[in-house]
Amino acid sequence: MHIDLSTLPQQLVNGATLGGMYALVALGYTLVYGILLMINFAHSEMFMSGAYFGLLYLNILKKIPVLTNSATGIVILYVLVFILATASTGVVGMLTERFAYRPLRNAPRLAPLISAIGVSLLLQNAALLWISSSSIPFPLLFKVRSFKIGSASVSTMQLLIIVASLVLLALLDTFVAKTKLGKAMRATSQDREAAGLMGVNINSVIALTFFIGPALGGAAGMLSGMYYGNVKYNMGFIPGMKSFTAAVIGGIGNLRGAMLGGFILGFIEAIAAGFISTGYKDVIAFFILILVLIFKPGGLLGESVVEKV
Amino acid sequence: MMSKQTKPAAQQIAKSRTLSKRQVIMYAVLAVAVVGGPLYFQSIGNAFLVHICALIGIYVLLSLGLNIVVGYAGLLDLGYIAFYGMGAYVGVLLGLVFQHLVGGPNSALAGYSYWILLIPAALAGAMTGLALGTPVLRLRGDYLAIVTLGFGEIVRIALQNNFLGLTNGAAGLPRVGEVIVPAAGQKWVYLHLSTATFTFSKDLFWYFVIVLLCLLAIFVIRRLDNSRLGRAWVAMREDEVAAAASGINIMKTKLWAFSLGAMWGGIAGITYAYWIGFISPESFNFMESVLVVCMVVLGGMGSIPGVILGATIIAGLPEIIRYLAQSPLLSNVLTAQQATAVGNYRYLLFGGMMVVMMALRPQGIIPSTRRAHELTNVPSVIEEENEALWEAEHKSETPRSL
Repeated sequence: MHIDLSTLPQQLVNGATLGGMYALVALGYTLVYGILLMINFAHSEMFMSGAYFGLLYLNILKKIPVLTNSATGIVILYVLVFILATASTGVVGMLTERFAYRPLRNAPRLAPLISAIGVSLLLQNAALLWISSSSIPFPLLFKVRSFKIGSASVSTMQLLIIVASLVLLALLDTFVAKTKLGKAMRATSQDREAAGLMGVNINSVIALTFFIGPALGGAAGMLSGMYYGNVKYNMGFIPGMKSFTAAVIGGIGNLRGAMLGGFILGFIEAIAAGFISTGYKDVIAFFILILVLIFKPGGLLGESVVEKV
Repeated sequence: MMSKQTKPAAQQIAKSRTLSKRQVIMYAVLAVAVVGGPLYFQSIGNAFLVHICALIGIYVLLSLGLNIVVGYAGLLDLGYIAFYGMGAYVGVLLGLVFQHLVGGPNSALAGYSYWILLIPAALAGAMTGLALGTPVLRLRGDYLAIVTLGFGEIVRIALQNNFLGLTNGAAGLPRVGEVIVPAAGQKWVYLHLSTATFTFSKDLFWYFVIVLLCLLAIFVIRRLDNSRLGRAWVAMREDEVAAAASGINIMKTKLWAFSLGAMWGGIAGITYAYWIGFISPESFNFMESVLVVCMVVLGGMGSIPGVILGATIIAGLPEIIRYLAQSPLLSNVLTAQQATAVGNYRYLLFGGMMVVMMALRPQGIIPSTRRAHELTNVPSVIEEENEALWEAEHKSETPRSL
């Protein structure tokens, strides 16, 4: 096998870009799992929804001339689109929780999982049937430049993704650690009933979780749409699976673990795609997932949980 | 507390062995429909409907197999289609080897390859199940779902990337069946019942093979359900810790469920491959796995009549609607395009159906009595007993006077 190490810095840059996106999506899985002990199978569709909402708002808002005339206008335009798309995806997440998961809160564990698969099918096919079955280009109104750091070339798009994801990760971390609502979330994930007895409104905390998680997933989806330049109805499946792997690597239920896992997986994948084979690129994450679950099911930062009676 | 409901076991078994008059009539009607339906379709020259019947049969076989894993053992397997694919590819590849050994596709023996390879393909499915199950069955339910999904994808991607140079990549194994199975006119392993007006077609032949396999599956699965292993599955599904404490080897019980389920996947796989005569990785994608899960959930987890009905509805309905739109019956009401649209909407409908079913009727259309009890949130016996105990203890407690 021929290994050319001179491309390593480039792979690291690519890895950080991917990692940022995976970390954002992984947080959604981990937040929901931490609170409801449920894998939100429909989370990959939040990624997809974010990209579609981004496209929708961009096409609406770019008709306002003020926002496209100047460089500042374009920056404001994208920030607005980003906020709107993220919030809309969050609302979709809350709706799925309200209608698909809340009725099943006390049901056996298989039930919400099957319901989540149903939501995933529903959203994916809604996008397929009512929007488009082929990929739609995601317009970029600014020119992507790239500059060199050492031997690696970094595009403004990559930089944007890395910065945006780091900012969002920091915001979430502060929110959960410092605010009262964050405290309520942590309490709910520790013991839902006890938290309820202490005056935490469990339903609103869960709804909030289902806003934040999907919103972050949607943010990653929109960034991915901008990065790859197109959106498609099934674009969420593979990143969703990989981000789930990232959440498991870090220890599912653990926020910083998900962030760490996202970046680790991004680096591994970029390096593996660069040095091993692109055909099996998507398999690597699945293999890592299986290996981690077998040898360290608690993940890197998670505690090992003993099955309670 | 439970004693009111429990009848002597012998009496219960005796009751389940004798059929009521209504059941006899029902089974007779079903048998006539299953045997006579496709024969009738063929006699009116409608080969397409025969094809659909055989396809439904394949899905019935798959969902019966998955039902062992999901319905009986309570393990959600989202990569079940990998075993189906394994059976198909192993069947076709071994078929080529077999053909080479007996002296080419034109030899008299070559026509028997399906029958000879049925058991190896079933074993290939079961072994794959065992190989995957051994490391991953220690995981909790929801992790298991994701890992099996990952495994299904690994198998599909490996097939697509021409794994070990065997699978011919995304192009599939082209019309291999045509090579393995002797062409028309040559000595053929099945009956030639053809008359001037009626042809016992290839689809019809495979339809009956599939029906026989389904009957075998039903027989085996019913026997399993009533066996020690079947009862261990139920115990494990209801409470793993309690089952382990009662002396059930959890790993072994799960592995049995996993590999027995996978075995039927392998059988369905080789049958599909030899019937259609062409396989490609795209036939074994994640959506197919989800479809089979839908069939089991819709019909009723753990219920044999349920999953058969579920498979018939989900596999048959879109095709039948599409067919009816072309027939004089509905062509005035529904254009061909609209009918195709109905077919396209099926995944959307199935998605919605899974959500609605879980909320309103998690036990499925024809529920298994036991599973219905578990799924519809009745307070568990343990909780009731605990409450009763607590009350009893506190009643007898005399208030302490200080």
